[in-house]
Amino acid sequence: MTAAPDHKPTFADVPLSARIAQAMPFLLIPILVVFGFVAIGNPSSWLTLTVSGLAMGMMIFIIASGLTLVFGLMDVINFGHGAFISVGAFVGVSVLFAFGQWAAAPSLVLNLTAILLAVLAAMAVTGLLGWAFEKVIVKPVYGAHLKQILVTVGGLIVIEQMIHVIWGPEEIFLTRPEMFKGAVTFWGAALEKYRLLAVAVGLVLFVAMRLVFRRTKIGLIVRAGVENGEMVEALGYRLRVVFVGVFIAGSALAGLGGVMWGLYEEVITAGMGEEMMILVFIVVIIGGLGSVEGAFIGALLVGLMQNYIAFLEPKLALISNIGLMTVILLWRPQGMMPVVKAK
Amino acid sequence: MSDAILTLEGVYTDIAQYHILHGVDLAVPRGAVTMLLGRNGVGKTTTLRTIMGLWVAKQGRITFDGEDITQAATPARARAGIGFVPEDMGIFTDLTVEENMMLAASTGPLDAKRCEWIFTAFPPLKTFWTSEAGNLSGGQKQMLSIARAMAEDRSLYLIDEPTKGLAPAIVSTMASALKELKAQGASILMVEQNFGVAKAIGDYAAVMDDGRIVWTGEMRELAESAQLQEQLMGLSMEAG
Repeated sequence: MTAAPDHKPTFADVPLSARIAQAMPFLLIPILVVFGFVAIGNPSSWLTLTVSGLAMGMMIFIIASGLTLVFGLMDVINFGHGAFISVGAFVGVSVLFAFGQWAAAPSLVLNLTAILLAVLAAMAVTGLLGWAFEKVIVKPVYGAHLKQILVTVGGLIVIEQMIHVIWGPEEIFLTRPEMFKGAVTFWGAALEKYRLLAVAVGLVLFVAMRLVFRRTKIGLIVRAGVENGEMVEALGYRLRVVFVGVFIAGSALAGLGGVMWGLYEEVITAGMGEEMMILVFIVVIIGGLGSVEGAFIGALLVGLMQNYIAFLEPKLALISNIGLMTVILLWRPQGMMPVVKAK
Repeated sequence: MSDAILTLEGVYTDIAQYHILHGVDLAVPRGAVTMLLGRNGVGKTTTLRTIMGLWVAKQGRITFDGEDITQAATPARARAGIGFVPEDMGIFTDLTVEENMMLAASTGPLDAKRCEWIFTAFPPLKTFWTSEAGNLSGGQKQMLSIARAMAEDRSLYLIDEPTKGLAPAIVSTMASALKELKAQGASILMVEQNFGVAKAIGDYAAVMDDGRIVWTGEMRELAESAQLQEQLMGLSMEAG
């Protein structure tokens, strides 16, 4: 082929200030942790609150990661996501009850197996429910935000009522599997075993999602589709199929989050998902639409902030996350790491 | 004119309440470069997007390689062998140059030999292979946009204003690459405002006005006639 004219591109030097600005969202977590350490003063209390905040953040991330993709890739405001959290919790807890002997046995393997079965069942049911929800409720309202809010809130109410019909209107109390009850002591701090499990599950999920998005073709298609779906189609990919796959995956993740949250709170209700949606939307918005990394950082910030403030100034805990969102949106109106620009 | 790889018969396209195409009739010859010319706003981009299926033709028939694709979805048209370079380049800015190219190879892994061939035409892409595409200059983005269409063998390339807003040196790079594609026997339908480039690359020309084709013929004939240019496009585009 004919060679191009002499052209010697060079990499521009990025100023330090620009590098810091780029890395700032990632730095916010250690900054907040250090702030917490200074403000709390007591190292053991600080460690307990930090692990608790990280665990809470990880569970919010599990739920929010699915929503940010649905929001970013499909431009769908899905309030029905809250219903998948609740359904996941009820299905998962039902499975845990069915395998009650395994959950009650003082065996880590049996306990983890019971949790794994509960999680798999919850993800399967919520994934299937997500597929039906997309086909029946969301598909007719693509591109119409107001209608999306109306019909998905309607879908949320219907599913919540279905939970009442199937499992009854009362909340269900549960206890965690035997090996995840209580706490371990580390440097004088009491760290709940279950919260450590939640941190581990969240980290594994985050790493797995990063690998899928960075190292696989389907991940590339999703990332590209979030930015410019039309061009992805023009390259020969059926984005509609990817859309549905992402919706199903997002719903299944909500189911996983529901099980984890139910075990965390040790009580489940039909409205638990709906109540969580405020936190989840805060995470999606401050993280930036369509960004899994943004959702991860946002979720950890929300979890840590809530725990630190609840300890330092309990009355402010209720507004701490709204305050966090306000500050971040004043700093970056599109969220910390937006993939999709707000329309 | 050789046999047509693509034909449009009486194609009408609306965008929202606006009627943009009013019965486009066009035959794109196989193995040649057809320039789609005309003033701003006459429907050139809409024609390309309608062929690609990004706008739906409300009436008329589009045939590609003997198959009626009027009702086909965009991915099916792409997989049938139509490559598309949009006016805004359609670069995925959060992805690296490599990832953009990997996506362009929709039927399998990226072919290393083909990549080397592309690097010959667009050396900066090799330099910035692992950089985010959003950090490229305008010219480099345009190179990537065309390289992406070249990542796999296509029967037809739809290219929308590839030299728009580019420096002369980069325009020359583009022209060389497009000539090479042409030499490989590719069929190209290209919208181009730079008459010098159109004249250098084009075999045939189709001129649009008010949403329809008003003239078709050899590019040479149009380039040589200032009167024809004045009559069809309202101004003489005679340039170097």
